[in-house]
Amino acid sequence: MSPIVKVDGLHKSYGKTIAVDGISFEVLEGEIFGMVGPNGAGKTTTIECLEGLRKPDSGSVSVLGVDPQRDGQYLRTHTGMQLQQSALPDRIKVWEALDLYSTFYPDPADWEELLEHLGLQEKRGTPFAKLSGGQKQRLFVALALLPKPRLVFLDELTTGLDPQARHAVWDLIRDVRANGATLILTTHLMEEADELCDRVAILDRGAIVASGSPADLIRDLGGEERVTLSVDGGLPPAVAGAVPATWRIEVQGERVSVAGPSGNTPLVVEVANLLASHRIRFRDLRTEPATLEDVFLKLTGRQMRE
Amino acid sequence: MRTLSKMTWVEAKLFLREPMGAFFTLAFPLMLLFLFGGIYGNKPVEAFGGYGTIDVSIPSYTAMIIATTGLVGLTITMSTYRENGILRRLRTTPINPLYILTAQVIVLLLAAALGMVLLIIAGKLVYSLRFDGNALSFAAGFVLCGVSFMAFGFILAGLMPTARTAQIVALGAGYPRELLPENIRKFANYLPLTYVVNLLRGSGSGNPGACTRGTSRFCWACWC
Repeated sequence: MSPIVKVDGLHKSYGKTIAVDGISFEVLEGEIFGMVGPNGAGKTTTIECLEGLRKPDSGSVSVLGVDPQRDGQYLRTHTGMQLQQSALPDRIKVWEALDLYSTFYPDPADWEELLEHLGLQEKRGTPFAKLSGGQKQRLFVALALLPKPRLVFLDELTTGLDPQARHAVWDLIRDVRANGATLILTTHLMEEADELCDRVAILDRGAIVASGSPADLIRDLGGEERVTLSVDGGLPPAVAGAVPATWRIEVQGERVSVAGPSGNTPLVVEVANLLASHRIRFRDLRTEPATLEDVFLKLTGRQMRE
Repeated sequence: MRTLSKMTWVEAKLFLREPMGAFFTLAFPLMLLFLFGGIYGNKPVEAFGGYGTIDVSIPSYTAMIIATTGLVGLTITMSTYRENGILRRLRTTPINPLYILTAQVIVLLLAAALGMVLLIIAGKLVYSLRFDGNALSFAAGFVLCGVSFMAFGFILAGLMPTARTAQIVALGAGYPRELLPENIRKFANYLPLTYVVNLLRGSGSGNPGACTRGTSRFCWACWC
């Protein structure tokens, strides 16, 4: 597979604030590529440089083989873009928006089909302002798919959606890819990146701190595992002081969460042994595989909160 | 072309769905006409050069329509489109942003023209409106003023974060200036709308040249 997007040494600052500090990556044809990281990490700036909406200070950007600054018109005709902050007029109806936007492209997709496919058919006569958050996002996806794009940009598509609407949008994104498009998305939800992306770049403070497939990144963590359990009356200080230095413990009331490497003996066995040797009763013991969240924590030493 | 006609059509529907805009362009001037027509009637008055109150009010109300559409309507729509990211969304498509500006101007000019026609029809039917001028030059004056005010509206929309302050400029058109006290009349000389009224009243009475010097100066300022 050939790269559809090439970024080399991209740099962008606003005044004294450095938003993107010399990042490089490639996106391959047909993949879902995710940029993840906390707010202010530089995700949106990067995606907007790719879209041609912002001019990089330095570095080279090539999208579909063209320079977004020079051939913006070509890019806008052949890619679908969904912006983090954008809207339609309050009183425009769903079908009117699709009908209008489809006149912008030389060879538009059939918007009636898109409407049906995205489950918006019942809402075709509804004004934009009356749509729910999830419906608005589905409409934006529909607008982004009108040009029959080879490449689709989605910037924080599921921010502010409830879990159910979020899962519906995820299914949609997988469908788009199954139809042959390449997707570049940004998210500050590690779970979303884990769930959707073939490859991710983890951004922090304008730089890529890690990139690869979510599974590889988690494996590189060295078999981290997380065990949570409840202890009646809380964890005695004597036990908390006796744990190995490689473990990270978080206590919230009776709920105890232990993260650490799983060596020859699985972490869960070591935890259970330790508690048993101190004759501590516990319940609700659960193990969770490490997530991208843990990767971020390990790499930056900071928690990534929504 | 297909894009522009579709966009104009959608913008026209949006205009009619916005109750305030349609009300102030189409219904409110008529209400004013009937209100003051009910009070003063349309008897020829010496102070208006032999014209009645309605004869001289219709150019004023037309000017008010031009102001509400060009300054208030256009400025509010454009700054809302900008603030909400509607223009930003359009920037991600291959079409030129000029399309939406053109569509706005077409829709608002048509709406203002419709409001004026309603006034003239009501004036003719109810108050036997007296019109001695040339309809063509009156229409040309209307288009000139309308386009100038929209140019002004675009400037305001570009300069101001919100559009509410624009409304003050629309004041001072509703009354024939002869009815105003001396010092307010002086202040009115600085309001652009005064010149719209002058031009429309002048061309309505078949004497446009006398009142248009200030008007053309204002129009030139807007065009530049």
